[in-house]
Amino acid sequence: MTTPTLTRPDTAVVSRPSGTDAARHRRKRVLNWIAVHSVAVALALFFVLPFVFVLLTSVMSDDQAMSGDLWPDSWNWSNYSTVFHTPGFLSWWRNSLMYALVGTVFTVCSSVPVAYALAKFRFRGRRTAMILVISTMMLPPQVIIIPMYLVWAQQFHLSGSLWPLIIPMAFGDAYSIFLLRQFLLTIPQEYIESAKVDGCGEFRTLLKIVVPMAKPGIAAIALFQFFYCWNDYFGPQIYAAQNPGAWTLSYGLESFKSAHAVNWNLTMAATLLVMAPVIIVFFFAQKAFVEGVTLTGVKG
Amino acid sequence: MALSLSTPAKSAGRGAEPAPRNSPLRRKRNRERLRTLGFLSPWLVGFSVFFGYPLIATVYFSFMHYNQIKAPTFVGLRNWRYVLEQMPLFGPALWNTLWLVVVMVALRVVFGLGIGLLITKIKTGVGLFRTAFYIPYLAPPVAATVAFVFLLNPSTGPVNEILSWLGLHGPSWFNDPNWSKPSLVLLSLWGIGDLMVIFMASLLDVPKEQYEAADLDGAGSWTKFRYVTWPAITPIVLFAVVTGVVQTMQYYTQALVAGKLASGVSIGPGTVIQPGYPDHSTLTVPQLVYSMGFQNFNTGAACVLSLVLFAIAMAVTLLLMRKSVGLIPAED
Repeated sequence: MTTPTLTRPDTAVVSRPSGTDAARHRRKRVLNWIAVHSVAVALALFFVLPFVFVLLTSVMSDDQAMSGDLWPDSWNWSNYSTVFHTPGFLSWWRNSLMYALVGTVFTVCSSVPVAYALAKFRFRGRRTAMILVISTMMLPPQVIIIPMYLVWAQQFHLSGSLWPLIIPMAFGDAYSIFLLRQFLLTIPQEYIESAKVDGCGEFRTLLKIVVPMAKPGIAAIALFQFFYCWNDYFGPQIYAAQNPGAWTLSYGLESFKSAHAVNWNLTMAATLLVMAPVIIVFFFAQKAFVEGVTLTGVKG
Repeated sequence: MALSLSTPAKSAGRGAEPAPRNSPLRRKRNRERLRTLGFLSPWLVGFSVFFGYPLIATVYFSFMHYNQIKAPTFVGLRNWRYVLEQMPLFGPALWNTLWLVVVMVALRVVFGLGIGLLITKIKTGVGLFRTAFYIPYLAPPVAATVAFVFLLNPSTGPVNEILSWLGLHGPSWFNDPNWSKPSLVLLSLWGIGDLMVIFMASLLDVPKEQYEAADLDGAGSWTKFRYVTWPAITPIVLFAVVTGVVQTMQYYTQALVAGKLASGVSIGPGTVIQPGYPDHSTLTVPQLVYSMGFQNFNTGAACVLSLVLFAIAMAVTLLLMRKSVGLIPAED
C-alpha cells in the first residue's frame, strides 16, 4: 500500500521540512499508480485482443479473411446467419443444451444429499469417503474410458448418443460433492439441530432448511456442471463421433473448421457463437461463479 | 467404500457390553446407519460402477489381447513390454506430457500469482480489469483453441501481422515443432482466470496488521512478500500446483484440436490422422490412449497406457499432498 520508508522516520522529520516530504510521498504514489495501471492495461490487452480479432475477422468477406488484414472493409453480419444455416449447426446447439441441462439437473439432485451426509453426518469412514471422493476428482478420465466405452457400446448399445455421458451424472459428481461439502460445512449445526427438535425428518431438514441456505453453493455447482458439459469435447468424441446427429457444439466446431478449410471468417463467427452462451450466463451469474471458484481453492 | 462403512456395524456389536437386541440405543444406531447409507447411495453406486469397475477392468484388459471384436485372450505381460519397450510414440508422448506438466504448471502459477498481486494493487477500475482477466477462462477449450490457431497462423494471423509491423519475424507457432508446445502454454496462460480469482481471494485474506508491522520495521516490498505474503498463501499455491498437475496430466482437447487444425488436413469420415502435428510435438499420453483404443483398436496397449498415466498422476499428487497438511480437507 504505502511506500516503505527506508530512512528512519526521526531523521527524516528532523532533516527536511515536512512539506517537501509530503510532496515526495505524493509523487511516489502517483508514479506507483501509473506503473501499476500501465502494467494492468498491457495485460488487459493480452486478454481482450484475441476476442477483438476474432470478432473483426468474423465479419470479413471470404477473400479478406484469408489476407491477413486486421480491419474489415465491409461488415458482413450475414456470416452469422450463414453459420446458423449450416446443416447440423442448430442440432449441435440442441444437443449441447440437452447434455448440459439434463446433466446439470442430474448432478445437482444426486450430489446434494451426498455432500450433506459428508458434511453433517457423523459416521465411521467419513474421512475415507472424502479421500475417495477427492481421488475420483484426481483420476484422468482417459484411465477408465475404454472399459466404460465397451460397456455402453456392447451391453447397452448406447454409443452414438450422449446418454453414456448423462446417465452417470445421476450418481453424483465428485467435484460437485467436494465443492458443496465445503460450502455446507459453513452452515451452523444449530440450524439443523433445531429443525430436528421441531420434529423435522432428515430429508425434510435437507429440503426445507439446508437447501435454501446452500443456494449459493448449489448455484455454483450447477453453473460449473453446465459449463463442463457445454465445453466437453472428449466425452462427445468418444460416444457421439460416429453419429453426427448427436454431435455437440464443442465437437461440431472443430469439424466445422475442418470442413471449411479456408473460411476463417465463418469459423470465427461459429467460434463466437459457441462462446456466447457461456459469457452471457457468466454476466448474469457472476457472483455465484466467482464464489464457487474461490470456495474450491481457498477453503480447501 | 461399502466395506469401511459397514465396519462400525460389526464392531459396535462386539463392544464390551453388547446392547440388548431391541434397546432404543441400538435401534437409533441402526436407523442412523441406514440414513447415512441412504444419503450416500447415489455416490456409492456411482463410485463402484463408474470408478471401481472400470479401474479393475482396465487392469484386466492390460493383460489381454483384445481388438473389440473377437473375445479377449490372455497374453501376460506382452502389452506392457510392447508399450514400455517398443512402442515408437510412447517416448515422445510421455516427454510432451511431462514437459507440459512442468512448464505449463510453473508458468501458470507464477503468472496467476503475479496477476493476483497486481489486482490487489489496482485502485481504479478494479472491476473492469478483473472481468477482462477472467473472461477468457470461460471460453470453451475448443473455441479458444480454434481462435488461437487462427490468431497464431504463421502467414496471415493477426499476431505475426502485428509483429511484422514492429519489424519482427514471428515464429511459425503451432506449425513449428519447437514452438507448438509454447503456443499451447500461451493459450493456457490466456485462460488463467480461475487461478487469478483463487490467488486474489487468498491475498486479500492475509491479515493487514502484519503488513503494517512490517512497514514499521522498514521492510521493502520483497521482504514483505517473502516474510508476510508467501507464508500465508503457501497452501493455496500448493493447491494450485496439485490441481494444475492433475489437469495437465489429462491435457487432451487443446493439443488435439490445435494439432489437427494447424496441420490443415480436412477430416472426412474414416480419415485416421496421426495425432501430434507437427512431428508428434503435441502428442500427449491421453491422445495416445485415444488413438490406441479407438483408432487402432489395440485395447490392451491402450489400457497399459491408461495405467501408466494413472500411476504417474497418483505418484505426483501423493508426493505433493504429503508436503502439505493444508490440502487435506478440514474435518470441521
